[in-house]
Amino acid sequence: MDTAWAHASEIAAAVADGRTSASAVVRAALARIAADNPVLNAFTAVLEDRALAKARAIDAARLAGHPLGALAGVPFAVKNLFDVAGLPTLAGSKINCERAPAPRDATLIARLEANGAVLVGTLNMGEYAYDFTGENVHYGPSRNPHDVACMTGGSSGGSGGAVAGGLVPLALGSDTNGSIRVPASLCGVFGLKPTFGRLSRAHTFPFVASLDHLGPFARSTRDLALAYDAMQGHDGDDPVCAARPIEPVAPEIARGSEGLRIAIAGGYFRAGVFPEAQTALARVAAALGAATEIELPQAKRARAAAYVITAAEGGALHLARLRTRAHDFDPAVRDRLIAGTMIPAALVTKAQKFRRWYREQVLALFAGVDAVLAPATPCAAPLIGQQTFVLDGVELAVRANLGLYTQPISFIGLPVVAVPVPLEPMPIGVQIIAAPWREDVALRVAYALEQAGAVAASKPSLKGDKQPRK
Amino acid sequence: MAKRAKSSRSKVGAPRAKERAGVISRKRGGKAAQQNSLDDLVAAAARALDLAIAPEWRGGVKANLAVTFAFAELFVDFPLPDEAEPAPVFSA
Repeated sequence: MDTAWAHASEIAAAVADGRTSASAVVRAALARIAADNPVLNAFTAVLEDRALAKARAIDAARLAGHPLGALAGVPFAVKNLFDVAGLPTLAGSKINCERAPAPRDATLIARLEANGAVLVGTLNMGEYAYDFTGENVHYGPSRNPHDVACMTGGSSGGSGGAVAGGLVPLALGSDTNGSIRVPASLCGVFGLKPTFGRLSRAHTFPFVASLDHLGPFARSTRDLALAYDAMQGHDGDDPVCAARPIEPVAPEIARGSEGLRIAIAGGYFRAGVFPEAQTALARVAAALGAATEIELPQAKRARAAAYVITAAEGGALHLARLRTRAHDFDPAVRDRLIAGTMIPAALVTKAQKFRRWYREQVLALFAGVDAVLAPATPCAAPLIGQQTFVLDGVELAVRANLGLYTQPISFIGLPVVAVPVPLEPMPIGVQIIAAPWREDVALRVAYALEQAGAVAASKPSLKGDKQPRK
Repeated sequence: MAKRAKSSRSKVGAPRAKERAGVISRKRGGKAAQQNSLDDLVAAAARALDLAIAPEWRGGVKANLAVTFAFAELFVDFPLPDEAEPAPVFSA
């Protein structure tokens, strides 16, 4: 079986019925990483011994007739802010290299492995997750498999690149303001940012406690659902993790979008959109028969409040390091974090009060709709190092604007699936946004779009400079 | 430092004009005055927080603070009742 572009669900089925072995699958993944990672720069650590040992254990369990998990033999990798036993948790930084090795794996890693998945390594990311580009001054930029001259998006850049490049079928990332959805969009893969509090954040390096989420990247909706189901459940080690029962969605996604009321986000979400993002949104809306526009009230203010909370909490998190190790930060991240320490508390408190007000207004909209469509990013992947882009004659900062449409959504913790529209020369994503705790709705819509052929993770060539880019 | 937020209200859930009546107007300074106030804030906050800021970083820090205050202007005067609860909820 050629597992290079196989879905996680296909790999698990093949391992379960003996068409291949977990060891063979993992060896093939390690070979792909060795061959392609020097170009993609997605991985910062490869765990060959650990992965092969785990794979052998799965193969032994099968031979012994034991039941295998839903992700048996599926190689996966995690953004390097997840604790991995025996490794310092880098969070994309130079400073954290000096941390003691983590004594245990993050909760989500343990849950995936309990379902048979096999951790093969850790992934590149923007320093301390304060990033939308996937660039990193310490470890080099993650590179986009569809055009290696282009950025992956961030901050989970390695997660997007590893899945889009076929190195692994499944990866985990984090999303505070868009750090799953932006790289999913620019790399052309599926990404799930669940409801705030749905998945445990225990034993991962934080960024903004008020806004941090974790979630999976994959090349199909079914794979997202399988991984998400495996990771659900309360965790006392994360005070934010909700005490809700596990609500499996994988058995539900084949219901598709029938009976769901789907609208398009208007106003703020229709301004500043490049042609490719408009095309992608139109394609998705047409496939779903969605024509009604609704307006998320005060989305611009929501983004502003998310920005202020992010800067303040990020600055507070790193204050001690800024006092003693400021020279060891990425200069751009350092300046943002120092500024964040100086924000008056009155502004942060007002932002948190506004957040509750905005949440109530947006939740009221879900009385009339089940899902809302919005662009994931304003444009397809910019070039690595590109500082600005021009839209309607106005020059805008790339770094600040890639999260334009994701920030007002994660601000109130709504679940979102970013689906990839395989445009040429580069893919781009669309957000499917649902009410809190209704990941099932977003995943059903994503599955329907996949079945209709409107969205797909297209296989890249791993070549650079497909065509001259502006 | 901050000026009154411009109204860009949407149709849904928009605050009524009369709810905004109590907003206290502030004197606005020019660009130079804003730069001076940012210089003052950065210097004072750095001392208070025991942060050593190299001279070549100061411009980047000030630029980021200026962006932050510009964003804050968008919501700081948004009318909310005194009883409004912040989003985070603590359970004892």
